[in-house]
Amino acid sequence: MITVNYFASIRETARRDKETLEIPRSVNSVEKLIEFLAERDENSHKALFGETPVLVAVNQTVVSRDYKLDGDEEIAFFPPMTGG
Amino acid sequence: MITVQNDDFDAGAELASLRQQSGDPGAIVSFTGLVREFYYSADADKQKIKELYLEHYPGMTEKALKEIVDEAIRRWDIQAIRVIHRVGTLKPGDQIVFVAAASAHRHEAFSAAEFVMDYLKTKAPFWKRESTERGIRWVSHRHSDEVAAERWQPTGFSG
Repeated sequence: MITVNYFASIRETARRDKETLEIPRSVNSVEKLIEFLAERDENSHKALFGETPVLVAVNQTVVSRDYKLDGDEEIAFFPPMTGG
Repeated sequence: MITVQNDDFDAGAELASLRQQSGDPGAIVSFTGLVREFYYSADADKQKIKELYLEHYPGMTEKALKEIVDEAIRRWDIQAIRVIHRVGTLKPGDQIVFVAAASAHRHEAFSAAEFVMDYLKTKAPFWKRESTERGIRWVSHRHSDEVAAERWQPTGFSG
């Protein structure tokens, strides 16, 4: 099972803040996960392929799109950080 | 020490406490970030800020801040560092963030405090949402903040 968290503007566009799901074995990278999630519904697609750049964290560390997944991770999608 | 909290903080008390924790500091540098009264848009239009909301990613926030502080301690001769970042709903004039570094010498303390602030702005998972008279908007990230963080490279440290 993976847990997916959505934050800030990405959360609002996706209209979800957290979900837990099984992913097919073929969904074995961040890039493939994004495509898999975006195909489900329009809001997810808008959030993940919208104008706002999307950063991805796996187990609370920011990673690139080719990062490999084994289906048991904590994933998060969010816009560039604006703290401070 | 690193704290993420809703409540306000007393910068003076934090400085006194940092001084006590430090060995024999010759310098303590601190930075306090505040919520501004006005937002200036790209076309120089001035809008009064009613409220600032800060969202974060509990767990990753503390982890990212710790990595940034650890990196500062590796790079400079620092005796103690204090980081406080507020989250939740803030008003104009409120304190948002506090970073203080204690060292034997001022250059080390200045550099460490500035480094922590520059990295925190682009590498720690906080997001600001501003409410003005015209509505609510997520603050977009600034290229100048990226540049500020990048100038501390090259180190192999990406936050």
